[in-house]
Amino acid sequence: MSFTRRTTLKAIGGGAAIAAASSIAARTAFAQGSGDILVASIHDLSGGLDIYGKSMQDAMILATEEINAAGGLLGRKIKLVTYDPQSNMQLYTQFAQQAAVKDKVAVVHGGITSASREVIRPVLKRFNTLYFYNTQYEGGVCDRNTFSTGQTPAQNMEKIVPYCMKQWGKRVYIVAADYNYGQITSEWVKKYTQENGGQVVATDFFPLDVTQFGPAIQKIQAAKPDYVMSALVGGAHISFYRQWAAAGMKARIPMASTTFSGGNEHIVLTPQEADGIVVSFSYFPTIDTPDNKAFVERWHKRFGPEYPYISELAVGTYQGMHLWALGVKKAGSLDRMKMIQALESGISFDGPSGKVTIDPVTHHCTLDIHIAEVKNRKMNVLAAFKQQKPADTAAVCNLQKNPNENKQYVIKI
Amino acid sequence: MDFALVVALEVLSAVAGLLLISIGLAVIFGMMRVINLAHGEFLMLGGYATITATKAGINIWLSILVVAPLVVGLIGVIIERCVVRFLYGRMVDTMLATWGLSLLLIGLVTTVFGNTTAGISSPLGSMSIGQYKLSLYTLFIVAVAATVALALYLAFKRTRFGLVARGTMQNADMAAALGVSPPRVYAVTFGIGAALAGLAGGVLAPITGVVPTIGVAYVAKAFITVIGGGASVLAGTLSASTLFGTINQLATFLTTPVIGEVALLAAAIVLVRLLPQGITHRFFRGSL
Repeated sequence: MSFTRRTTLKAIGGGAAIAAASSIAARTAFAQGSGDILVASIHDLSGGLDIYGKSMQDAMILATEEINAAGGLLGRKIKLVTYDPQSNMQLYTQFAQQAAVKDKVAVVHGGITSASREVIRPVLKRFNTLYFYNTQYEGGVCDRNTFSTGQTPAQNMEKIVPYCMKQWGKRVYIVAADYNYGQITSEWVKKYTQENGGQVVATDFFPLDVTQFGPAIQKIQAAKPDYVMSALVGGAHISFYRQWAAAGMKARIPMASTTFSGGNEHIVLTPQEADGIVVSFSYFPTIDTPDNKAFVERWHKRFGPEYPYISELAVGTYQGMHLWALGVKKAGSLDRMKMIQALESGISFDGPSGKVTIDPVTHHCTLDIHIAEVKNRKMNVLAAFKQQKPADTAAVCNLQKNPNENKQYVIKI
Repeated sequence: MDFALVVALEVLSAVAGLLLISIGLAVIFGMMRVINLAHGEFLMLGGYATITATKAGINIWLSILVVAPLVVGLIGVIIERCVVRFLYGRMVDTMLATWGLSLLLIGLVTTVFGNTTAGISSPLGSMSIGQYKLSLYTLFIVAVAATVALALYLAFKRTRFGLVARGTMQNADMAAALGVSPPRVYAVTFGIGAALAGLAGGVLAPITGVVPTIGVAYVAKAFITVIGGGASVLAGTLSASTLFGTINQLATFLTTPVIGEVALLAAAIVLVRLLPQGITHRFFRGSL
């Protein structure tokens, strides 16, 4: 741990000077003592992002209960410490410091948006606290203290683009949300379209609060694409699908999406509006494997049969928790470096989405990708692609060669 | 040619949309000089009223055209009686109070309806213009906006209430001396403004859906339109909606939706710089 004037001042500012100065030795002693193993969960349980955060928190609860029921870890029980950052970035900083310094947790699972991840990742790195980020995101994080268990664009875009081109044709029109996720996603769609001999006829970006899509729909009709690829995000953008259906476009131009259903769009919209949209994710509740069926049953038993939708983010979190637990078992210790080394030994978990393996070079996961079609508020799985590697992050990040790297690369496409 | 017609219809619908979301604010601001920062939440409440009523089995047209304005109008009258009436003439205080009100309403609605987008399908289906398809509901919005503008004109120019209301706004003491009760006129006028906001929220709900925070997306545009329009309630809102709606849609068609939004804001800045008192301070002076 380095003490520059700035970090010291910051630590004092955070009311953490004593804890920071007493450093690693004290923490390890504390954590190795008797009592429960503390695990931090930092997910938005209120505010604009709570639709994602609540199911991720439920996944933390279920995974914790399962691990404890199987005898806990190292002969001790796990105890969840839950923080609600309320969709507020400042609270993310505060809670990450609190988890690392005050509660001295063994690992932090949390962060939903890329922004929140980049807020807490440096904090946890500085205070040497292991971090799991379980959300699908744009890729490129390169940090030995961080493990990312969600899928990245190279994993699902590489599959859905050729799939749609084969089904519908080579000319695609992209509509996307106007922030880094939408921008980066549309670049990947473009790359894979061109590699497969297709053509992007146009790309339109929409600010997150746009609700009127009339002109966009007319422009799409004028461009006559073979299909539309949507990376629209959030509550306002749901109206795109509604207006698309109201204009009678569904019968004319098919649609695929990398985001649809992530915000329960397929439940909010009527089947007439949503049916037929093709999406790709790592996880769908309708995946037909014994592992997944048992998981869905356990989930509904724990959280009620009326639970609206088990999302990809929830399952990512569930699998992240179990991967961490496997790492602890293998390491036989809660020492951070020992846990990291154990996790880097190629640990796999057979989760609801299929086999998930941590890639030691990038700290991202090799996982299964599925393509599904919306049908009557359910996801009808059409195709499965086993064991997709995180090729995008691997192109820029090698933590075995450069273990001290600590940044998010912007991947050149 | 077909495309030109489609573009023209989309422009018309954008103008109608702007007119609808701003007219309630214009009535409250133009007549009473109250800056109602909870205007966006009135729209949001109209949306929820429509969706809740439709899901409860009430005919969708009844929900949009009757339930939404009635519910929000009533809420408006209650708010005027409980909060706003103590603050007339204190512009900054009314801004603060209505801002607080807006936060309260967002919180309340979130507690009741949750934070997810609710919605109903657009009725009416679609029509074809040449090879283009267009939602028929677009035309319905234009029709509602035109009807609202006409009805408002007739109500303020041709009815006794309109005369009394305009008189009270010009000189409340004189109106009181002539036997009018200004508090009642204020309450009814505020209620009408709120009802118009509710109607707009109801009309837009089937195409945009509603979330508790959707008001934020509307309120800025509504304010820009009202400020751009200037002193005259109807002529101002009509002219500013036409100007901004046209610029916004044409820029969107020619370039991208982002540039469309930028063009609208840029036009507003230029307009306020050239005509600080709004369009109707220079043109259509003295009209309603």
